[in-house]
Amino acid sequence: MAEIVFENVTKRFGNITAVDNLSLTVADGEFVVLLGPTGAGKTTTLRLAAGLEVPDAGRLRIAGVDVTRAPPAERDVAFVFQQYSLYPHYTVFQNMAFPLRSPSQRWDEARIEARVREIAGLLRIEAKLDNLSTKLSGGEMQRVAIGRALVRDPAAFLMDEPLSSLDARLREDLRVELKRIQEDLGATILYVTHDQMEAMTLADRIGVLAEGKLVQIGTPRQIYSEPASVHVALRLGSPRINLLPVGALGLTDGPAGATTVGVRPEDVILGQGGAAARVIAVEHLGAETVFLAESEGNKVHALAGAGVMRHAGEETTVRMLPGTALFFDGEGHRLAAARASDAEREAERAHGT
Amino acid sequence: MSGPSTRSVLEPSPWSQRLAALLVIVYALITMIPLVWIVLTGLKTPPDAIAYPPKVFFEPSLEGYVNLFTARSRQAPEYMASLPPPTSWYDELVRKRNMVITGPSRFAERYLNSVIIGFGSTFLAVFLGTIAAYGFSRFKVPLKDDLLFFILSTRMMPPIAVAVPIFLMYRVLGLSDTHLGMILLYTMVNVSLAVWLLKGFIDEIPMEYEEAALVDGYSRMQAFWKVVLPQAKTGIAATAIFCLIFAWNEYAFALLLTSGEAQTAPPFIPIIIGEGGLDWPAVGAGTTLFLLPIVFFTVLLRKHLLRGITFGAVRK
Repeated sequence: MAEIVFENVTKRFGNITAVDNLSLTVADGEFVVLLGPTGAGKTTTLRLAAGLEVPDAGRLRIAGVDVTRAPPAERDVAFVFQQYSLYPHYTVFQNMAFPLRSPSQRWDEARIEARVREIAGLLRIEAKLDNLSTKLSGGEMQRVAIGRALVRDPAAFLMDEPLSSLDARLREDLRVELKRIQEDLGATILYVTHDQMEAMTLADRIGVLAEGKLVQIGTPRQIYSEPASVHVALRLGSPRINLLPVGALGLTDGPAGATTVGVRPEDVILGQGGAAARVIAVEHLGAETVFLAESEGNKVHALAGAGVMRHAGEETTVRMLPGTALFFDGEGHRLAAARASDAEREAERAHGT
Repeated sequence: MSGPSTRSVLEPSPWSQRLAALLVIVYALITMIPLVWIVLTGLKTPPDAIAYPPKVFFEPSLEGYVNLFTARSRQAPEYMASLPPPTSWYDELVRKRNMVITGPSRFAERYLNSVIIGFGSTFLAVFLGTIAAYGFSRFKVPLKDDLLFFILSTRMMPPIAVAVPIFLMYRVLGLSDTHLGMILLYTMVNVSLAVWLLKGFIDEIPMEYEEAALVDGYSRMQAFWKVVLPQAKTGIAATAIFCLIFAWNEYAFALLLTSGEAQTAPPFIPIIIGEGGLDWPAVGAGTTLFLLPIVFFTVLLRKHLLRGITFGAVRK
């Protein structure tokens, strides 16, 4: 395994700058997830790393070697595609053996056989090895695709939304497996997704991309609690962070220049004093309940435990946990503000809802 | 009262299915009649073949096939009587008409020419077409749309419209009446069809397969060979059949450009002259044999053809 380094990499398609002056280091054995909406440049970043695109500017190093212009075959990386990942004219075994039979590997057949069986065991697809790859379920196909990447022990893995075409249940299972395998192998993985849950659970670090730029990179916790901008704050958290004008709900203590205040739904407390509000909608999600309330013309989401019973139309009050608000300036950048310590917030929350 | 129906609303009712089947059978019968007539004619004797009213039931004879493969000459009855008894069944058949076999006809040779030229030009057209279609499908080619239109435009007039210039050109180049000349000519006509058909098929093969192969350590040529070609084989088979049918059946250029060396079967079959006019059983026999390879390959590849002809209509 090895590290991947992007140095001021730029890639344009015609007038569109898909990746804009990107600098990013994925350390040896690190799991970095790139998160962003469609068109943010996530996939292009991966394709640049794989050599399927050549950057217009900047340099790219894998394992310390400059591979900016090297063809894909020379980079020793494995790529897992979003779909169309298996060769339809091959069996599962042939698919998984394909990288090992390439001119750059040329393993002898006995070793290939042993290696493919080993990885198939890891992914629990031994029973399917002789099936034609088109005769598999979606989850099995993606497992084989991951298996084809794993057989080779490459310098790094590049994964382009490998779980997005699967149903929720399978996605969850494979996510757990993928994390386990990554930890077992100490694999370097650069992973692209637009699913915040995947990003939060898989990543050592999350890189948030917007319009080809790396907006912020940090641990999932940093990205969640200290977003650099409104954009990043909106990418993580469900329901989304509440964005209100400064002054709403008594939040007037923002730093100079603040125009917008962001409050996570779990930091909104209903019925414990504060501004007058009315419940508009209630969503029971099992372990938790989401309330949509309106106060002074602002709509606010609040997240509470399952035991909290309220119904639509009920008059109540709304307030924020002190120190949880995030302040943003007119351009959406976050402004530093004194925050309550985590311990203080936990105490307050236990007392509150 | 009818119970709950088990069939989908999109599925035609049993009666409309039966009606459709009936229409297809009637249509098939009508289109098959000429073919059946040709096959039957090949098995008739010359008098039966020109009998009026036409004979549907007759005693089959292989005279047509014997005449097709042999050259014969008519002899006086005294000479016929002086011959030793016939040594084979076909000798006997010929002698009944007061004729003797003087040697083999040129049919086998012409048939072989058809095979060489038909399959040669089909192979070349499909080979060039596949490579060109892959290039057009996968790479940024300058003036791509114009080039594709230009390729298509070579089919906008009937090929025979350029017969005279090609005739003159071929005479100067020494390509007249050569196998190479005919192969090149049919390839030229077929390659535009091949490029367009195959581009459609290759466009439908997702790029991800090749990209996966590139990342897995293969070169582009190897990826093309191992990943693209196997998936394009349906399209290649369909294209090859279309090209072969054209090259195999082509008559006008073959008549114009070939005579001695490279003449194919189509211009040869109609000139099988018998005693007192065309030898219809021999023509029927020649046509039947001529049809066989196309029938054989169409049946062999019919699964691919069905997908090939409906390509683009059904996405997998």
